[in-house]
Amino acid sequence: MPYPLDRSVAASVPVLALENFTVSVRTGAHALAIVQDLDISIARGETLGIVGESGCGKSITWLAALRLAGDKVATSGRVLLHGQDITQLSERSLARIRGGKIGMVFQDPTSSLDPVQRIGRQIGESLKLHQGLSGSAARAEAERLLDRVGIADAQARLDQYPHELSGGMNQRVMIAIALAGQPDILVADEPTTALDATVQAQILDLLRDIGRDTGMGLVLISHDLGVIADMCERVAVMYAGRLVETGPATALLAMPRHPYTRGLIAALPDLEGPRMRLTPIQGTVSAPDALPPGCAFAPRCLMAGAACRRAIPALTQVSDLAHSVACFRNDAFTATAVAEQARQLSRIPA
Amino acid sequence: MTLLIVDNIVKHYAAGERRILQAVNGVSFTLAANRTLGIVGESGCGKSTTAKLALGLVPASSGRISFAGREISALRDARWRSLRRSMQMVYQDPLAALDRRLTVGEQVIEPLTIHRLEANHAARREKALALFASVGLRSDLFTRYPHELSGGQRQRVVLARALILEPRLLICDEPISALDVSVGAQVINLLQDLKAQTGMAYLFISHDLKMVRQIADEVAVMYLGRIVEQGESEEIFRNPAHPYTEALISAIPSIRRRSRDRIVLKGDPPNPVDMPAGCPFHPRCPRAIAHCRSERPALRQGPDGRLVACHLAPSAGLLQRPAA
Repeated sequence: MPYPLDRSVAASVPVLALENFTVSVRTGAHALAIVQDLDISIARGETLGIVGESGCGKSITWLAALRLAGDKVATSGRVLLHGQDITQLSERSLARIRGGKIGMVFQDPTSSLDPVQRIGRQIGESLKLHQGLSGSAARAEAERLLDRVGIADAQARLDQYPHELSGGMNQRVMIAIALAGQPDILVADEPTTALDATVQAQILDLLRDIGRDTGMGLVLISHDLGVIADMCERVAVMYAGRLVETGPATALLAMPRHPYTRGLIAALPDLEGPRMRLTPIQGTVSAPDALPPGCAFAPRCLMAGAACRRAIPALTQVSDLAHSVACFRNDAFTATAVAEQARQLSRIPA
Repeated sequence: MTLLIVDNIVKHYAAGERRILQAVNGVSFTLAANRTLGIVGESGCGKSTTAKLALGLVPASSGRISFAGREISALRDARWRSLRRSMQMVYQDPLAALDRRLTVGEQVIEPLTIHRLEANHAARREKALALFASVGLRSDLFTRYPHELSGGQRQRVVLARALILEPRLLICDEPISALDVSVGAQVINLLQDLKAQTGMAYLFISHDLKMVRQIADEVAVMYLGRIVEQGESEEIFRNPAHPYTEALISAIPSIRRRSRDRIVLKGDPPNPVDMPAGCPFHPRCPRAIAHCRSERPALRQGPDGRLVACHLAPSAGLLQRPAA
């Protein structure tokens, strides 16, 4: 079968891939796994959304992959950047990748920036480390980057301190610092959660524009399914340290397969349509040291059967759209989906 | 029955030499029993200050507040204390609102002790346990400490503590912002059930428009210390009249309208210390005309009954529109 011309070998290697990636924390004499057997990859220019509730491992995964999670955290499995495993790299080599090929942006920009350094200096550091620029060349490039991220009067801003800028502007500065490393992929962990709605819209637009212009991949970690839906081509849903569902955003959000994903969506109020009573997911997430033997979601799952309490379901493809789900009850899905649709139609507005 | 009347309240703070932070700038609203008024807006718009003023927790610079026909001042006298029993508040961060050294049960009992209600400790404990059950907390959690509970459980404890005095008004300031999606839904449902049971009124302050739409009968949108639009929740969300409301609603990402065009406003919400001349929103408004830069539009009632402060809104028919 002939391959399409643009499917070159280079294009088929993901920019970043986690393979069989496990993260564990040492507590006393024990090691407690908090992220298990993760397989995720991001292609060039792709936007991948990682969604899940607090403690599901969505943030620690990426910190641990870059060895930024502290010395109590150990990992196993592989982290492949353009096919090369970076878990075995020396600290010195990895330091060039962090903020370089792999850029990072976190939730609270004001505490990520150094309060006593001018903006220009902080961008300059990254330019020096990753592009070898200094002096007037660095300043000119820093100014260009500030301009790129939509900060007006860039030249004057270079000499200001983070406290002189608003939260939205500081997040733009963080993005400029990430761009200084000319990243192939940007890991953005709740980049707009601390920002106001109108400013969030600006930052999301900016991230989208940059991705389109540079082909940079984006890993967007968020608890907000709305943000994920707005930004991402592909979505990965995590629960209790495991991937429970992954697929194209449109398919996954329109027809979620995992009971947890469906629960998340049912728990969300919306801005349109009739107001319905929300459907919360019953119970709470089990602590990582008290996970049930089978599927971690089983204690909260209305569909759970005996098999679910015995073994952990593997991620299995459910359609030809690369939509996969880790659920034993997927066979029961079609029947319940119809029933649920009927139930939704008959629901009384709240 | 009208419970809370907030009449033209103003709160200014001194912000350095001859500079004034105009946190709240003439806000008025009324709230009846069994109704929920949502106040939305971005940081610095004055929504939390409005809540504190309504409770008499901070003194207003001017304006009047009355609750159940009695005027509220921030004088912490016996009268204020007796009114405070009927007006309770729930904050964003339940862990910060709880005392880490007391069991959560003791903290739910405490308001009864303070207000010398119920005959004895056993009766207070019994009442607290009953409330524990009605907010969906297991009785075995009664003797636990806050750090032993999950975020959602803690917020239920905070709610139980606020409800034990049987308030007629509950002010909720971002009550679910610190909670996960599935837990937030539990708390919202609980608030709706409690209102149905008791006829309590809610002042629900949030930046989360989706949650406000879910729970509020009426919505007030604040911008820079003023209400810029107020009306029935469904109407405002379906057909916002103020350009700021419109932008705010369009900026909320939703899973049910993916490719929708957003109105992206330029710039940040301005600083309440540097209030722009004319309409406070004009520097960011995509529709501003010359008149908006010189004259601040008053909040006036439109044909559909809602209040809008915009020269361009249909309500501004009385206004001579200048050749822009």
